[in-house]
Amino acid sequence: MSTILVQVIVGGLLLGAIYALFSSGLTLVWGMMNIVNFAHGDFVMLGMYVAFVVYTLLGAGPLLGAPLAVLVLATLGGVVYFGLIREIMKGPMLAQILGTFGLALLLRYSVFWWFGANFLTLPENIVGGTFDIFGLRIQASRLLAGVVALLVTLGLHLLLTRTSLGSKMLAVAEDSTAAQLMGIRPDTMQAIAWAIAAGATGLAGALIATFFYIVPTVGETLGIVAFVTVSLGGFGSVPGALVAGLLIGVIESLSAYLIGAVYKDIVVYSLFLSFLWFRPQGLMGKT
Amino acid sequence: MRFKHILGLLCAASISVVLAGHASAQQTVKIGGIFPLSGNAASAGVHAKAAIETAMDIINNAHPELGNFPLAKNAGLAGLGGAKVEVVFSDNQGSPATGQNQALRLITEEKVVAITGAYQSGITLTASAIAEKYGIPFLNGESVAANLTERGFKWFFRTTPIATDFAKVYFEFLKDMKATGVKTDSVAMVHDNTEYGTSVATVITSVAKEQGLSAPIDIAYAANATDVQSQVLQLKEKKPDVVIMITYTSDAILFAKTMQALDYKPPMLLADDAGYSDPSFIKAAGKLSVGTFNRSSWSVGPAGSPTALIAEMYKKRSGDEMDDTAARQMQGFLVLCEAIDRAGSTDPAKIQAALKATDLKPDQLMMGYKGVKFDDKGQNILAAGVIIQLQDGENYVAVWPKAAAQKPPVMPYKGW
Repeated sequence: MSTILVQVIVGGLLLGAIYALFSSGLTLVWGMMNIVNFAHGDFVMLGMYVAFVVYTLLGAGPLLGAPLAVLVLATLGGVVYFGLIREIMKGPMLAQILGTFGLALLLRYSVFWWFGANFLTLPENIVGGTFDIFGLRIQASRLLAGVVALLVTLGLHLLLTRTSLGSKMLAVAEDSTAAQLMGIRPDTMQAIAWAIAAGATGLAGALIATFFYIVPTVGETLGIVAFVTVSLGGFGSVPGALVAGLLIGVIESLSAYLIGAVYKDIVVYSLFLSFLWFRPQGLMGKT
Repeated sequence: MRFKHILGLLCAASISVVLAGHASAQQTVKIGGIFPLSGNAASAGVHAKAAIETAMDIINNAHPELGNFPLAKNAGLAGLGGAKVEVVFSDNQGSPATGQNQALRLITEEKVVAITGAYQSGITLTASAIAEKYGIPFLNGESVAANLTERGFKWFFRTTPIATDFAKVYFEFLKDMKATGVKTDSVAMVHDNTEYGTSVATVITSVAKEQGLSAPIDIAYAANATDVQSQVLQLKEKKPDVVIMITYTSDAILFAKTMQALDYKPPMLLADDAGYSDPSFIKAAGKLSVGTFNRSSWSVGPAGSPTALIAEMYKKRSGDEMDDTAARQMQGFLVLCEAIDRAGSTDPAKIQAALKATDLKPDQLMMGYKGVKFDDKGQNILAAGVIIQLQDGENYVAVWPKAAAQKPPVMPYKGW
């Protein structure tokens, strides 16, 4: 195999890990509450802007920017839950969809108004440049994002399957009335789920900002991939989102390299649709 | 009795509305401006708006310091008794369908007498079709897709040089560079799949064939990419001597960053304006793109000249340096207003006739065109441009042709 082909596959894997990273928050909310959060891409965008502000004001990289993004977004997640989601969940499905869609536009254009439409970037070497391993180029910033993606996936998975908080959250997801009878407060659990999901999304944003451009509409560009990753991985399955993200990343890179970039979406989405035809619950979703 | 009262009031109200409407119609000339004020090209749209507002300032207020620059000397349009120009801006959101709806709204609801815009060629295409249908002049100052003026439209006018002009400039430039010993045999084009990207790529390919050169390597991708590693690796593998980039800002930044990450530098990188002229591209990725060649029709000129004063006014308003795209938009709008002034009327048909008779000389323009004169298709036949280079990663300087050059071209592409 030529070095370039190896580079394509490695690049695809790293890209996929990043897809997985910014999808994990969505899968949590979508899988647990059956709410499609259309503002998800804009949560990623906010995480990116937190990283940018931390860099411009304090000159600090993701070491400070990422935890702060988690904090800011987790708080926002809680606020959004109590201020919006809890109310619209009582309404019809359409209200839920339009509610989060409205939130997406509100966030996007607030940032637009405050920061302007200009494209921003963080310095290239903010996470230590690029490694060259036998001619294989690996960007430290992407590698960091990939490693964090694995850790976040593992962490969320353990939280849901091994802790009592996780069990309570899953209980609420399964049957909130029954959970309430067992002494679990659905409201608290769902607010926690939103905070965790938004926090993970903010983390993703802060890390993606180290190698991507930052602009108020960036959530649009990244958002669609998150939805595809989550439905391929299986609703509510955190490990599923990881596997799906990696798969999509590699298929995208390979098809762009071998067939042509303009056709890669055709390849990815036709594979995606035919897979769902056979397995509508996704890779690791429950039926 | 009461009914009569109300009727009377209504009559009075309607009369005053009619009178007010009439009065304001004499004082202001309403023009529609369609630009991407939101969406992924919003930074270009916001700069366009600042450029148009600068032009409005020049027209609506007295600017004797600009000398004989058309419409500058006195306040308002002299031909319409000093009427002020008002632009109704509307947002195309980066979507051809929205651009079309906005054109319809501007014409039927805002009653604009002419339209300018719409940045993206694909949106200019749909928006101008509505103007054509309603018989409203549409002046485009910036979209370069060749087919826009090949539709047999009667109400569409374009001041900018187009893809065909620039493709010829590129190959002449490459020929000159070849004569100095630079290798230019294999050319690759990287372009998105929008109206702009595909049409410019098609034109470059056909001009290459006309000149007896082999067809360029074609690397197409879907606009607003999340990742361009594979495209850069394709270039790395094919090793072209010259890479022509035909992309909007978001992808241009991503390409610059990815090229640096994958350590790929083509010997020569030639950008087709668009993203590479956006000031926010230069701020975000200029230092990764040192040595990029680009095309331009704009040059600031010596201190105190009208162009330098205009550039200063623009910078005060937008906070950024004037770039080629914003300048071409502003020039287009000024040409439109000059025609309205000459028509002495807001009747669309009279404006159309005045546009057809437009004959502006180089010293009446802010752009480096040889003049403005429209052919039957509405294309400016005197449009021209030069090659510029981002030599320090911060500012473009003119490098070709020799007569217009501020500095000699520097080879090879340095990158970062």
